[in-house]
Amino acid sequence: MTTTGTPVYAQLGMTEEEYLKVVEILGREPRPAELAMYSVMWSEHCSYKSSRAHLRRFPTEAPWVVVGPGENAGVVDIGDGWLAAIRIESHNHPSFVEPYQGAATGVGGILRDVFTMGARPVALWDQIRFGPLDQPRNRYLFGGVVSGIAGYGNAVGVPTVGGEVEFDDCYSGNPLVNVMCLGVLRKEQLVLGTAGAPGNVAVLLGAATGRDGIGGASVLASASFDESATTKRPSVQVGDPFEEKKLIEACLELYEKGLVDGIQDLGAAGLSCATSEPAGRAGLGMDVDLDRVHLRETGMTAPEILMSESQERMLAFVRPEKVDDVLEVARRWEIDASVIGTVRADDRLVVTHHGEVVADIPAASLSGDAPLYHRPIARPDWIDGLWADPYRPGDVLVVDTLLRLLRHPGVGSAAWAYEQYDHMLFLDTVVGPGHDGTLLRVEGTKKGLAVSTDGNGRLCLLDPRRGASRLVWEAALNVAVTGARPIAAVDNLNLGNPEKPEVMWQLVEVIEGMSEACEALGIPVVGGNVSLYNETDRRDINPTPVVGVLGLADPMPAPPPRLDRARPGMEIWLIGPEPTDNFAGSCLERLDGPPRGRPTAADPEAGRAVIEEALRLAHVAPVLHDVSDGGLAVAVAEICIASGVGATLEVEGTAALFGEDPHRFVAVVEPGWDPPALGRRIGAMGGDSLVVGGERVAVSALADAYRNAIPEAMRG
Amino acid sequence: MRVAVVVFPGTNCERDVVRALRLLGADPELVWHRETDLSGFDGVVLPGGFAHGDALRTGAIAALSPIMEPVRKMAEAGRPVLGICNGFQILCESGLLPGALIPNRDLAFICRYVEVEVVDDTTVLTAAAEPGQVLRIPLNSYEGNWVDPSRTGRVVVRYRDDPNGSQDRAAAVANAAGNVVGIMPHPERATDSLLGSEDGLVLLEGFVCSLQPVRA
Repeated sequence: MTTTGTPVYAQLGMTEEEYLKVVEILGREPRPAELAMYSVMWSEHCSYKSSRAHLRRFPTEAPWVVVGPGENAGVVDIGDGWLAAIRIESHNHPSFVEPYQGAATGVGGILRDVFTMGARPVALWDQIRFGPLDQPRNRYLFGGVVSGIAGYGNAVGVPTVGGEVEFDDCYSGNPLVNVMCLGVLRKEQLVLGTAGAPGNVAVLLGAATGRDGIGGASVLASASFDESATTKRPSVQVGDPFEEKKLIEACLELYEKGLVDGIQDLGAAGLSCATSEPAGRAGLGMDVDLDRVHLRETGMTAPEILMSESQERMLAFVRPEKVDDVLEVARRWEIDASVIGTVRADDRLVVTHHGEVVADIPAASLSGDAPLYHRPIARPDWIDGLWADPYRPGDVLVVDTLLRLLRHPGVGSAAWAYEQYDHMLFLDTVVGPGHDGTLLRVEGTKKGLAVSTDGNGRLCLLDPRRGASRLVWEAALNVAVTGARPIAAVDNLNLGNPEKPEVMWQLVEVIEGMSEACEALGIPVVGGNVSLYNETDRRDINPTPVVGVLGLADPMPAPPPRLDRARPGMEIWLIGPEPTDNFAGSCLERLDGPPRGRPTAADPEAGRAVIEEALRLAHVAPVLHDVSDGGLAVAVAEICIASGVGATLEVEGTAALFGEDPHRFVAVVEPGWDPPALGRRIGAMGGDSLVVGGERVAVSALADAYRNAIPEAMRG
Repeated sequence: MRVAVVVFPGTNCERDVVRALRLLGADPELVWHRETDLSGFDGVVLPGGFAHGDALRTGAIAALSPIMEPVRKMAEAGRPVLGICNGFQILCESGLLPGALIPNRDLAFICRYVEVEVVDDTTVLTAAAEPGQVLRIPLNSYEGNWVDPSRTGRVVVRYRDDPNGSQDRAAAVANAAGNVVGIMPHPERATDSLLGSEDGLVLLEGFVCSLQPVRA
């Protein structure tokens, strides 16, 4: 199986041991198409071979979980016959190679993961991270990614309602582009990625298969970058939102009419995955005839057809008597469809091409027998040095510091990005981008679904366990301040090269921290994604888990708290524990230099109490706002900017104003309300300036700094 | 009052328009772009989205869809025809409204609230509004920049600022008879104070009030 020089398996990204394992499974040397299938399915991206052993730590069970991790999306019961489906993914590597298409196809892929479950996708979020905007390359990447998200998301007709925009030097060679999707469905419409029963017919729906994206999962997503990265551009797929829009509508009609037994999207590893996984889940096999696959170009070989990651394709499993009805729905929506296979009663996946058998393997072995690595783990020796030398800011000039924070593109308004996204479609975005969490109403009910995602590479570099735990608590509080109780979490773990023991230590610590927080909150992890090898020229990114928390408000407060509902004369209250003098991982520290010190740990008891208080206040307070990036001063400034009203704050000291200790939020309320046990009054709204610590700044000046942060940086 | 809400492949605001029209007591129905008959409908809306994926040029392929023949007949018969966003683009491409919509001046998609002013209340869209009335309505488009070298279009709603470079700050344009109107911002998105504005209601009310039953 070797050509001159590098063996074929190595060119496909496999190790010699992995190749020998294939030989052992088959009892012979693999055919080229078989080797291609194993190489993509056993890639890090598809098999989670470095992380799988550790991901088992996550709490995944709760009475309301309908579908946990392992399917295309997590599904939870939100009552009265309604379900919510949620999924998060990364498209980091493709977006570095080709920002527009990388980001666009990330959106397309996450949508398919959700409508595969029978759900109508109702909203998208994007969490994107780049190097500083003073470098032209980073401006190009940021601009391209935002255009790609807008270009695909707007045209496909699903609103992009929020997300995160962050900048740090560690992402200069390796931007992070994560995307999350929420879907809503009736209980009876749930569909799983199963082949169903023997005799079922496999119908390939959507775009024609071409040579684009071959090896995307294995070559691109599962290896590190060096200066030759742009030569990998042909491995990036090309998206067509118009095709996807038709595919969504066609699939939703198939579900509504009960025409499919199961369905699987074609994402990473293309047909290899979409045939083997549903067959494997059903404990069955499948005959697949590659001559029936509708192709975009001629002369494609069997391995190319099996590995192609052409976008906008779905594989439906249909009872023979319903095939004609399925083809009719496809015809009406003007999408292509071909019958490419039949489900077998045994466990063999048998693929033919030009009348010849090109693969004959146990279907389940592609996913079930994937390698599992227990890679070496070592605590980095540099971490004690960082902990020993924390940042101590002393007294600072309040207004000057506040303006510098608001002008930072990671703190300032993200409107430059989200105003390019359609965030209003479907008329359900009750609290949209620019707030702590997004709140969407569920049409025809009194329910609201809230979502927040949080990531913080600086915090997690300094202490991945404490950092990841705090992200969960922050996301949970963010949904609580919209009036929604946290019910589930998803995660996208972006880390460096797992072959380095220090990166594996970060991975294990992140999982531990997230698990501890989810357990303390009583919420299950219903899905996730791991993106490793985020390193360029041997420099790893800061460990950057992105945590999404889904909350349910039932009934939804109407109106819910919003940043723009503060009025003169209202009182400002701070709810939660007093902050300590710890600035590790904070935005104030970032103005000064690299992260150092050990971040404050989450306090589960305080965290739970504060969330309960937020849930109660959400029905009475016009404004609730989480205290996080930039501390209390930034939180109050954001309320002043959004509401166009000044404020007087009776708070002094750097820690109180700029500290970012967890479990705190601001409530703006009418005077004379019933004060909460956990809070204290810290000031009042009024005037056209923010008055704090004996200093004064016009709200218009705050707004200028905040709104121009990104536009100014993008002008270079 | 039966209103046809046309769905092209790639249309995405059709369900929002249906929701808003129902709120106002109209009886909207989704109609697929391959239909060739709109008899029995009192009016028609071409909703927003990306008909035919904006292939070639926004609205260009949709203008050739079979449904546009009966839409043209309704326009000629003086029945209310409303195009919102992509629907406005399709009406221009079909020649039912003058001018064309080109990319925004800053070459970026714009999704945000804008303030518009009603300047002409003699069309099916503005019949219930007062001249000078200021409305806050979401804009959501890339090709929202209306140009009309012929200078024959009637501007009926105008942006107060200039978000996209549109000629005469036109946000909505009507034909001479006032029964065919295209509007770039989305009135159906401003129909609920919980979402931020109800200012679109007065426009859609005008449209619904202009629907006269089809006589047999």
